[in-house]
Amino acid sequence: MDLLRFITAGSVDDGKSTLIGRLLYDSKNILIDQLEALEKSTKNRADGSVDLALLTDGLRAEREQGITIDVAYRYFTTPKRKFIIADAPGHVQYTRNMITGASNANLIIILIDARQGVVEQTRRHSIIASLLKIKHVVVAVNKMDLVEYSQDVYNNILIEYNEVAKQLGLNDVTYIPISALNGDNIVDKSETITWYEGKPLLEFLETVEIDHDINLTDPRFQVQLVIRPQTEDLHDYRGYAGTVTSGTYKVGDKVTVLPAGIETTISTLEAAGKSVDEVFAPQSVTIQLADDIDISRGDSIVKSDNLPQVSNELDVILCWMDDKALIPGNKYYLQHGSRLVRSVVKQVEYKLDVNSLQQQPVEGNVKLNEVVKAVIKTASPLVFDSYDKLSENGSAVLIDETSNSTVAAVLIK
Amino acid sequence: MSQYHLDYLQQLEAESIHIFREVAAQFEKPALLFSGGKDSIVMVHLAKKAFAPGKIPFPLVHVDTGHNFPEALEFRDWLANEVGATLVVRKVEDTIKQRSLTEPKGKFPSRNWLQTYTLLDTIEEFAFDACIGGARRDEEKARAKERIFSVRDEFGQWNPKLQRPELWNIYNGRVHKGENVRVFPISNWTELDIWNYIRKEKIDLPSIYFAHDREVIVHDGQLVAMSEFVQPSADDTIITKRVRYRTVGDMTCTAAVESSATNLDEVIEEIIATRISERGETRIDDKVTEAAMEDRKKNGYF
Repeated sequence: MDLLRFITAGSVDDGKSTLIGRLLYDSKNILIDQLEALEKSTKNRADGSVDLALLTDGLRAEREQGITIDVAYRYFTTPKRKFIIADAPGHVQYTRNMITGASNANLIIILIDARQGVVEQTRRHSIIASLLKIKHVVVAVNKMDLVEYSQDVYNNILIEYNEVAKQLGLNDVTYIPISALNGDNIVDKSETITWYEGKPLLEFLETVEIDHDINLTDPRFQVQLVIRPQTEDLHDYRGYAGTVTSGTYKVGDKVTVLPAGIETTISTLEAAGKSVDEVFAPQSVTIQLADDIDISRGDSIVKSDNLPQVSNELDVILCWMDDKALIPGNKYYLQHGSRLVRSVVKQVEYKLDVNSLQQQPVEGNVKLNEVVKAVIKTASPLVFDSYDKLSENGSAVLIDETSNSTVAAVLIK
Repeated sequence: MSQYHLDYLQQLEAESIHIFREVAAQFEKPALLFSGGKDSIVMVHLAKKAFAPGKIPFPLVHVDTGHNFPEALEFRDWLANEVGATLVVRKVEDTIKQRSLTEPKGKFPSRNWLQTYTLLDTIEEFAFDACIGGARRDEEKARAKERIFSVRDEFGQWNPKLQRPELWNIYNGRVHKGENVRVFPISNWTELDIWNYIRKEKIDLPSIYFAHDREVIVHDGQLVAMSEFVQPSADDTIITKRVRYRTVGDMTCTAAVESSATNLDEVIEEIIATRISERGETRIDDKVTEAAMEDRKKNGYF
C-alpha cells in the first residue's frame, strides 16, 4: 500500500469542506463518536441531515473569531492507499497557506463551482500549482446538481480550463463532474451523471500513478548529522546520516563532496539501521566513505558524473509569508534542507501577479502573500538544482534573524 | 512496480527518522518524552534506527503522575535499559508537595492536568530546548493543526495563531532563550499505522495492550480499571471483564475496551472493526469540553 498526499484548493463557497467531509464519510473513515459530535453541532437542519462541512471545522479560537488558522492535516485510508489531505482554508492568507500545504503534495484538487465556471480564484490556485510544480491536477467541477447535471455546462468549463492549463504548462489534468453535497462521483459513480465515463474521485485518487513522482535519476544527498559512536568496537566509525533527496546510490559509487569538491567512493550504506547495497529517495540512510574527509552537516554528497550547481548568488522566486515586510537589502538565514547560511536579499526585480501571472514593478517593500523574483547572495556557497528541474533540491526557506520566524518560501530558478 | 518503492509505512518511517535527526542536529539539549504507551515505544524504536549504530543521543524523560499502570512502568525501565538510554523520571507527587498544588478530587481524581507543572519544571531543571512527543494529528482536531516543530514560549504555551509555516521537509528549530520546541515526529501516523508498524517490526509492548482479566467499574459506558486511585460510589458494581487497553495513560483517565485479542493480528482486526475513535473510546479527560485539548495545549500541555 502506498501513500498519496494531496491538497484541496477552494473556499467554503466552493464546497471544499463538504467534499472532504464526504470523502471521509463515504469511505467510512468517520467514526461513531466523531459523528455524534458532528450531530451535536449541526444547527437544526430542516431535513435532519448532518452538515459534512462541520467535520473540517477547526479550533475554538477559529470559531470565536470567524478565522481559519492555516493548514490542517487529515488522514484516511482505503484498502488501496493511505491519504494525507492538506486542508488549507482562508481567502485572505490563501497564498501563504496554499504554498505551505502544497509543498508536500503529489496532487491538487481544484474545485470549480459549476454555476460560476473558471473564476479569478481558480486561476490563482492553478498558478500556485504550476509554480510549485504539483505533479497531478484534478479539476472537480462541483455543484453539478445545481446546473441540472448538464453536460454542456461541464464541457464549457472543461474547454475554458484547458486554456488555463495550457498557458500554465499543467499537463496532467483530470476532470471530474461531482456533487459533494449529494455524493455524486465522490466514492461511487454517479447514477445521475450518466454521460461521464471516467472514474469517480476516490477511485481516481486510489489509482493515479505516483511511482514516477520521485526523481530517481539525479542522486542528491545532504548530511543531516555525523554519527560517531566512538565505542571500542566502533572506534573508527564515521557515518553520514541524511535523507536521499532524489536518485539512487550504490556501494562503490564514485562521489563528490560539495561544496568542497573532494572525490571519494561510497564504502557502506545503511537504510533504517540495516546494511544494504543500494539506497534510493526518499529513504533515510547512513553513508560511509572510503576516505577520511572533513564533512559536516549541510554538505552534499553527489555522484561525480552528475553534479548540481554550486553558487553563492541565486536567482529565486520568493513567496513572502510574514506580516513583517521584506526590506530589500535585509539579511536573513537561508535554510536549504540541512544547510543554514546567512544571506542577503540583494534586489527584487518584479512582482508576480498571482491572478494573471503578469510581471509588475515592485513599489517599496514586499508584503505578506506577495510573490516576487529576487536575487539572493549567500555568505557561503549553496549546492542546489533549479526548482523546475529538481524541486527536491531547489527549495529553501528564509528565516528572520531577529524573530526566528520562517518568513519566505524560496524556489531557486 | 519499480524496485525503488517505499510502501506507506516505510515512507512514514523515513520521514520520522529525518525529523529525529534534525532534532539531534539542531538542538543542544533535546529530550524524548516517554510515557510507556505504544506511541512512545514506537518513537524509541525509530530513534534507535535514526542513530544506529550509535546510541540515542538524548535522554528518555518520564513525567510520572503516580497513577500509572505498574505494567507500563516495568516496561519503561526494561526498554530504557534495553536500548541503553538515560532515563529521567520526575514525579507529579513531588511537584504537588513542592508547589503545594491542590490534588484533584472526585471519583476519578486525574492528575493529567498537573503533569504540565512537572513537565515545565523538568524542562527548566535540565534546560531542555526540544522535547520530542508522540502526539499524532489524527488523534484530535487541535493536534491536526499543530506543526511538527511547535514553538512554545517560556510558559510552554502553544499559540495557534503564531505558528511558523512548515514547508517541504525543512524544519526551522531556531528559538530565543527560554523558549523551547515540542517536536512530533509521528504527526502523520494514524493509530492503525502505529499498530501495523508494531506488527511489521515485531516491537514489544506492555502486556496491558492485550486481553486480560481485570476488575472494572462501568462509568458512562466506559470501563475503568479498579485501583487505589479510583473512588467508586456506593452504587458502582465492581465486575471482572476480559479487556485490553487501546491507549495507556493514567489509571484514572484511561478506559479499557472489552476484548479477546491476545496477539497483534487480533488487536489490529479489532481496531479495524471498531467504529469509535481512539481518544473517544478510551480517554475520559477529552470529553469534558469540546475544546479540552486546545485549552490544555495553550497552557503548556503536549
